[in-house]
Amino acid sequence: MTREDLKNQAIDYLAGKVTCKGFTEAVTDYLEGRQSFLLWLRFQMHLGLCLGCRTYLRQMRQTIYTLGRLPEEPVPPAVRDELLRRFRTWKSR
Amino acid sequence: MLGRGKRAVLPQATPRSSGTTRDEQGLLVALRGGEEAAFASLVERYHGSLIRVALAYVSDRSVAEEVVQETWIGVLEGLDRFEGRSSLKTWIFSILTNKAKSRGVRESRHVSFSAIGDPGDDSNEPAVDPSRFVASGFWVDHWASPPHPWDEETPEKRFLTKEGGIYLEKAIQALPPHLRQVLVMRDVEGLGSKEVCGFLEISEANQRVLLHRARAKVRQALERYVNGEIPQP
Ligand SMILES: [Zn+2]
Repeated sequence: MTREDLKNQAIDYLAGKVTCKGFTEAVTDYLEGRQSFLLWLRFQMHLGLCLGCRTYLRQMRQTIYTLGRLPEEPVPPAVRDELLRRFRTWKSR
Repeated sequence: MLGRGKRAVLPQATPRSSGTTRDEQGLLVALRGGEEAAFASLVERYHGSLIRVALAYVSDRSVAEEVVQETWIGVLEGLDRFEGRSSLKTWIFSILTNKAKSRGVRESRHVSFSAIGDPGDDSNEPAVDPSRFVASGFWVDHWASPPHPWDEETPEKRFLTKEGGIYLEKAIQALPPHLRQVLVMRDVEGLGSKEVCGFLEISEANQRVLLHRARAKVRQALERYVNGEIPQP
């Protein structure tokens, strides 16, 4: 076995068998940092080669970003007044 | 406008996992001292979030409003006893989730978590439609029809408009209950992974599965929206 073969074998082992399907199923583990270093490395290598999975990851991030920016409904004035009334009652307890 | 303490873009375990923040300590002192403005600002800050989380538990709007009302009363009743071991925010949400859970049980709409994995929760459903991957051969399970990139401004331009927001809210409401609860608490309200596991009494691994399914479904819904597969109003 040549040096080159050995090198290729090592790379094959590190790269593992990451499929796009596998990546889409593990993307939350990846984002939450809940993976072994080896698996993380395999995903990095896969992402480097795969535009589809890079896009998927990017869209997941955009989805999470969007969810975190949904506007909250305002407090209805009547509810606010009622709650403040309760606060005054509580205060004079 | 008061900030809601949202997280940054990337989902990560919250760095501040326990204890009240400085900002909250000041607020607590003011609340205990009976300062109405402090309570008003607390209501401003959390009322909308509480309604949203309540709606993830009980589908009836008026029931959700009652649960939030009860939560605020619970906050007032517990204020003197609150020891600050968790953040004020976590404590308020724990009151809410307890009330929402018991209300859900009373209305028998609350599904117990032993039902995880039931078809209703779609826990075993793949994140991406299998037909989008190559079915066999050397490239098996690699993209056959990969997603089309959204441009960088898409979230603001498409989803955070009035129409987009309504569509997204509908997509969230359409999620099975447990997926919805995890997604709303983690991604919309920015609560930490540990806290959410505590509220739902589930393991972190379980939570990640639910969060993953939920995010995958919402991404898919947004993709349909971008691709114009949904009749846009
Ligand atoms: Zn891929």
